[in-house]
Amino acid sequence: MLKAPTPEVDTGEALPLLDVRDLTVEFQTRRGIVQAVKHVNISLAKGETLGIVGESGSGKSVTSYAVMRILDRAGRIAEGSVMFSNLDLRKIDESDMRDLRGREMSMIFQSPRLALNPIRKIGHQIEDVLLQHAQVDAAAVSEKAVEILEHVRIARPRERYHAYPFELSGGMCQRVVIALALACRPQLLIADEPTTGLDVTTQKAVMDLVVELTRERGMSTILITHDLGLAAAYCDKVIVMEKGNVVETAAAEAIFKSPEHPYTRKLMRATPRPGIALRDLLPEEDAARAGPIGSKTASASAPLLKVENLVKEYPRQGVTSSLKKLFKRGPVPESEIFRAVDGISFEIARGESVGLVGESGCGKSTTSMMLMRLIDKTSGTITFDGEDIGSIPAKTFATLPQRRRIQMVFQDPTDSLNPRFTAARAIADPLLRLSDISRKDLRARCEQLATQVGLPLNLLDRFPHQLSGGQKARIGIARAIALKPDLVVLDEPTAALDVSVQAVVLNLLQDLKDTLGMSYLFVSHDLNVVRLLCDRVIVMKTGQIVEQGPTDRVMDMPQADYTRDLLAAIPHPPI
Amino acid sequence: MTDTTSIAPTPTAAPQLPSDGPVTAPIPTPGHKPEQNSIFAHARYIAAENPVTGLAFALFALIALCALIGPYIVPHDPLASDTAAALQAPTWKHWFGTDQLGRDIFSRVVVATRLDFIIAVTSVALVFAMGGFAGIAAGYFGGWTDRIVSRVSDTIMAFPLFVLAMGIVAALGNTVTNIVIATAIINFPLYVRVARAEANVRREAGFVQAARLSGNGDFRILLGHILPNIMPIMMVQISLTMGYAILNAAGLSFIGLGVKPPTPEWGIMVAEGAANIISGEWWIALFPGAALMVAVFTFNLLGDGLRDLVDPQRRT
Amino acid sequence: MLTTIGKRLLTVIPTLIGVVIVTFLLTRVLPGDPAVYFAGPAATPDSIAEIRKGLGLDKPLPEQFVRYVGDLSHGNFGNSLSTGRPVATEITSRLPASAELTLLGLIVSLAIAVPLGILAAVKQGSWIDHTCRVVATAGVSLPVFFTGLLLVYVFYYQLGWAPAPVGRLDAFVTAPPTITGFYLFDSLLTGNLESFWSSLSQLILPVMTLAIFSLAPIARMTRASMLAVLASEFVRTARASGLDTRTVIITYAFRNAMLPVVTTLGMVFSFLLGANVLVEKVFAWPGIGSYAVEALLQSDFAPVQGFVLTMAVLYVALNLLIDILYGVIDPRVRLEG
Repeated sequence: MLKAPTPEVDTGEALPLLDVRDLTVEFQTRRGIVQAVKHVNISLAKGETLGIVGESGSGKSVTSYAVMRILDRAGRIAEGSVMFSNLDLRKIDESDMRDLRGREMSMIFQSPRLALNPIRKIGHQIEDVLLQHAQVDAAAVSEKAVEILEHVRIARPRERYHAYPFELSGGMCQRVVIALALACRPQLLIADEPTTGLDVTTQKAVMDLVVELTRERGMSTILITHDLGLAAAYCDKVIVMEKGNVVETAAAEAIFKSPEHPYTRKLMRATPRPGIALRDLLPEEDAARAGPIGSKTASASAPLLKVENLVKEYPRQGVTSSLKKLFKRGPVPESEIFRAVDGISFEIARGESVGLVGESGCGKSTTSMMLMRLIDKTSGTITFDGEDIGSIPAKTFATLPQRRRIQMVFQDPTDSLNPRFTAARAIADPLLRLSDISRKDLRARCEQLATQVGLPLNLLDRFPHQLSGGQKARIGIARAIALKPDLVVLDEPTAALDVSVQAVVLNLLQDLKDTLGMSYLFVSHDLNVVRLLCDRVIVMKTGQIVEQGPTDRVMDMPQADYTRDLLAAIPHPPI
Repeated sequence: MTDTTSIAPTPTAAPQLPSDGPVTAPIPTPGHKPEQNSIFAHARYIAAENPVTGLAFALFALIALCALIGPYIVPHDPLASDTAAALQAPTWKHWFGTDQLGRDIFSRVVVATRLDFIIAVTSVALVFAMGGFAGIAAGYFGGWTDRIVSRVSDTIMAFPLFVLAMGIVAALGNTVTNIVIATAIINFPLYVRVARAEANVRREAGFVQAARLSGNGDFRILLGHILPNIMPIMMVQISLTMGYAILNAAGLSFIGLGVKPPTPEWGIMVAEGAANIISGEWWIALFPGAALMVAVFTFNLLGDGLRDLVDPQRRT
Repeated sequence: MLTTIGKRLLTVIPTLIGVVIVTFLLTRVLPGDPAVYFAGPAATPDSIAEIRKGLGLDKPLPEQFVRYVGDLSHGNFGNSLSTGRPVATEITSRLPASAELTLLGLIVSLAIAVPLGILAAVKQGSWIDHTCRVVATAGVSLPVFFTGLLLVYVFYYQLGWAPAPVGRLDAFVTAPPTITGFYLFDSLLTGNLESFWSSLSQLILPVMTLAIFSLAPIARMTRASMLAVLASEFVRTARASGLDTRTVIITYAFRNAMLPVVTTLGMVFSFLLGANVLVEKVFAWPGIGSYAVEALLQSDFAPVQGFVLTMAVLYVALNLLIDILYGVIDPRVRLEG
């Protein structure tokens, strides 16, 4: 839908713009030399958009750094050739290479805020590039910089020229990074995860902008991403990498319709998309082994959790306000207050799983922290199984018996495990504190829980740094279900995981819910994932609920404009 | 964690799901501690890559030995003066020469190790207990605890530290105990700062939230979860401030505070030799000064080595 | 910008109050009776009581504190017991000597340490890098009074290049008239070249001593923060945009790397002001440090108290200056609030 049209003049056949042959990149590490990229071939025609897709550690970013010759000190190109329109990039010297960078080939990095010099005005950063490559003379350079900012759709460019990166939003920073990359009208643009960490609506705006600008200039683009859907939606051709090897190269439609390599098949299946069920994420044989998903167990009796008019306010940060507070000591004026959660009401039934969706800063995390009784509300009620738990201070809640009935799975599996605790100790922690299990039975219970979450028993005595991300996620889940809670809040439990691991973990969560009869509140920014796991969805924006209802209804017939925007922004692979 | 061999009761319908991570590493036997193993491996790696750290460990052993048994092995009485043999340059009889009173400098340097070592160790232990505790509490609880601790620490930091130590010793009285106290007080902000920052970042860490959900109270979280994670960094801090404590104590006795002659102490010995430098009798000040330097150097290297051990990322 | 500075000035007030309280308390925790001290060894109980009354020591602590603050606000630091002269005038007349020494020491050490740290980071693993590491570790390990003595032995006794360590000027040279109090400036302003050379040659060794001492933390910090910045994403972006090495290192890396170095300067000043006392003793420098040390050994407390207070106020002012400098470099601080 958003693809660049095939160039009319077929220059691609005769001479590719970029031709990488047999590229091997080595890194000097403590364990000796490691090959991060192995014998990779890439051919990119003029005006073509190529996607490089792979999970973490596949070597996709290293490949592009090698092309740009900006590998860090430990890395080097060991073998192969990199031809850029008749120039052998391995042979030319560094000053010529520097001349090419930014002028003929440029790059956009992930985390746009970090990619900009934090203490230099953005206008000056664009000028640096323009002057370096002698695009304009010094007198006209600031005009040119403003013009470029205008091209990337930055409103009030003349004003923003004087802005520092910290004064701009993430999406705006990424536009500035794009402006830097395209300032000298290069022939090749490499975009390395350009939208990771951006909200889905911002992601769409940024990607559309990149496509439009590169198309109108007839540029070639390499899009590096972990998101197969994103690559398929925006690219002509897709390369799939695994552990430093290219496993498949094909046209974008072909990759989704008839993936050849088993890894591509697995990756494709694991990508959440509309019209599939949870089991479809798993490889065929595993899906068959896992069996069908239990029927929905949500009961219509009294709700387990009832939230009414919940509000959380924070004072605005800043020197002025704290100084004022120091001297005045009066009630804080209205404008000093920021409402993170602004009067929301909803219910969760027993055995139901409810999705809480919204973009960053919408108040979904604050809501979940209040439900968990980790922070105190400003006003409103939280009723859990008929008891008003919202009025119990968060400070004292930790040691109360109610604590065991509400548990949580955290976003970052690494951060949520104590680095000094073994897996078994981590799982045992809630049992030791909140149950009267005897020391004798403790180990057995840990092993039982480990089996339940599919963690091999021989890993129980390992420390977090000796485990993979998926294994750590399983420990976090085992810990959360150890006390057989009634409600589990899942705070983006798969956001830090690769898609194939995410597929497994999502299925595990579904199965645990079916066997243990828990309720879930699933906090996520990813509507496709929510669709697979949840019975009902709540959509939040700036602290308020804009829409809630059964998943299918909300996803297929959204009532609120904002929900429609969210859905439209998800990249849809061509199926 | 007993009885790892017992068979667990059959879990309720374990879902048959594929494993997601490589399970290739060797299976640890029960009771085996993989963590310790990896720390030793890491230490070996660091020692192999950086022999200087190995040297630091050897020097540390030497200093500790001198402090322990120094007074029993020295060839001369460190206090015995012999005016006939005054101001002799180093000879086979007096390896480091003799001072104005004919005392053997080698013996005095070795014997002094114990006093300097004790001053440094006790002051560091004192400040570790006070500053470490105050800092962790400030970082974890925030609010008034934090405000009070930070205010005290900021007030100490408002003085140039050595100058404050001079003032404290002058006020409390000119004794070795007060040197220890002054050294501890001026190091207080450094400990508070490190402990507070580390506790503060961990306060909101996922694993602390998780511990709270598991029913741990504040006290248990502080001692059981946060403290063990901060200890390695505090150990580095101890090693680094140890050198500073020695320098500080020696500086004070150099200007005539604390230790009284004729007690052998490195700082005061350098002061005694200072006047003779311009007439060419270099050995009186050089050897105690060099001993001081080696001791401080050792603790600094040790601190760097420990830091590598604790956090390879922060190597500079 | 001006409001930011104004706000920062406000934060100095509680610090200064803390400093005054601490210096006040230092006198009151004296184990002996200050009145006995002040009365001297030949005092009778009557004269001690009289002195106690004269000093206000018979009043309750808060009242004594008010009196102390009142004295300070009039620039009254009390009188020295041994010389009988007012502490304030003594400190004012000696301060330029200490300031000249300390500031020169800092300038020299910055001039060496910052380029060294940058080169070490840019050419990581080269001989410059190794030199930097050795200098950094050795520098912090050297007791500053010991370095001073070594320099005297080598450059005065052995080589004879430096003059004897006898103070700010050679014995036969007359001091220039006091304009700024800094001999280097004053002698140049009055065209007295002889005393300029004399004071310069007297300054070289003590300045070197201080520079060697403060070199280490600055070089270490510069190197570390330069390395961190060079590995950052925005430097990678700058390199990927083809900016030349000079622009990348100076405009992009160096200015960012300076932020933590400027913060470290506060700590370096703290060390320098302390080390200054020791260096003054080694080189018989007539500054406020040696004044305090002499008084200290005679249990003459008023000069020590005045010295501690002066140093603290100076240090607070220096920290204020550092914060303002930080705000000039970093727009994020400038625009806060």
